[in-house]
Amino acid sequence: MTDTQTFSDVALAEAGRDDVMAAEPGFGDFVELLKPRVMSLVIFTAFVGMIVAPTHLPPVASFTAILFIALGAGASGALNMWWDADIDALMRRTAKRPVPSGRIQPGEALGLGVALSVASVIMLGLAANLVAAGLLAFTIFFYVVVYSMGLKRLTPQNIVIGGAAGAFPPMVGWAAMTGSVSLEAFLMFAVIFMWTPPHFWALALFMKDDYSKAGVPMLTVTHGRKSTRRHIMVYTVLLAPVAMALGFSSIGGPVYLVVAALLNLGFIFGAWRILRRDEAMAEADKYKVEKKVFTFSLLYLFAIFGALLAEATLHGLGYGAL
Amino acid sequence: MTFKPEHEIHGRRLSRNVGVGVALAAFVILSFLLTVEKVTHGDPMHAIQGKGAVNPDGTPIVAQPLVKDGN
Repeated sequence: MTDTQTFSDVALAEAGRDDVMAAEPGFGDFVELLKPRVMSLVIFTAFVGMIVAPTHLPPVASFTAILFIALGAGASGALNMWWDADIDALMRRTAKRPVPSGRIQPGEALGLGVALSVASVIMLGLAANLVAAGLLAFTIFFYVVVYSMGLKRLTPQNIVIGGAAGAFPPMVGWAAMTGSVSLEAFLMFAVIFMWTPPHFWALALFMKDDYSKAGVPMLTVTHGRKSTRRHIMVYTVLLAPVAMALGFSSIGGPVYLVVAALLNLGFIFGAWRILRRDEAMAEADKYKVEKKVFTFSLLYLFAIFGALLAEATLHGLGYGAL
Repeated sequence: MTFKPEHEIHGRRLSRNVGVGVALAAFVILSFLLTVEKVTHGDPMHAIQGKGAVNPDGTPIVAQPLVKDGN
């Protein structure tokens, strides 16, 4: 090595450019490992869970709580990417993730996931309380061990049961503020739990070959597309009363009820349109309806929790209480 | 002295180092602010009941004997 050469110059020359580039992930690659889009949903629902709670923590403790709930979700995302790297590499939707694309080594994803999991649970416990910390720890365990390592590759009910992991954040947010879990927290959990299957099954309908290529027993693979369309309809209908029930709890109100009624009608209408179609129709317009319903389902969840936020604001101003 | 053109690999390494540095600094600041808030809001710290420790309402914590007299 000459005076002007650095170790990386030598490494580049000896190992080949691509190998070394892969061994040098940027900060953005690690951020991507935390599934920032999923985190945004977690932050929003946990934030709503915190705001609608009857008691509140001081501002810095509240901020710390939501930050570490989000990082806990990110940690479980990193652990999921570590465990699922083999099947992620086979699916078009996930092949460019940091681990299957080789930008981050599996061990790095595992290390980051474990470290962030431990840190987020401890910090939530310190900032809020042990109930919230315990719920966050259980959420991470449920997503990584029960869903990713267990259900995902075993049963077409993977999304139904695994959906619980994504449903916990508002409950954790509520627990962070109150130190307990109540009917309202359970109903917020139930809304996301019931929403998850039709949301992912709509995605599975237009991500045609991804899951079968990877051998993941999604409903579309094990029971066929016609059955999946029926399942979407059933779960969307079952979601409606759960979402409406939330409107009659202490955190609901007239604004929420109107918004929820319209959203549920829209979602059920979308599910009915999916049910009426067969594969030939879907192929003909490149799954236009299925894609629309998938996008609408995202809007549905944001709007449902947005309406809860609006109710909390109105309650705070002395309006809107039932 | 020679100036070498920066390779993409250096950019990635820099982004990672700066990112980790900023994250650690943010963690330290957050821990400090959280501590200040917990102390000023009188969060009960039952594990620390030494001399001079006070309850959230400002009254001094009286240490209790671990073994009662006569036992």
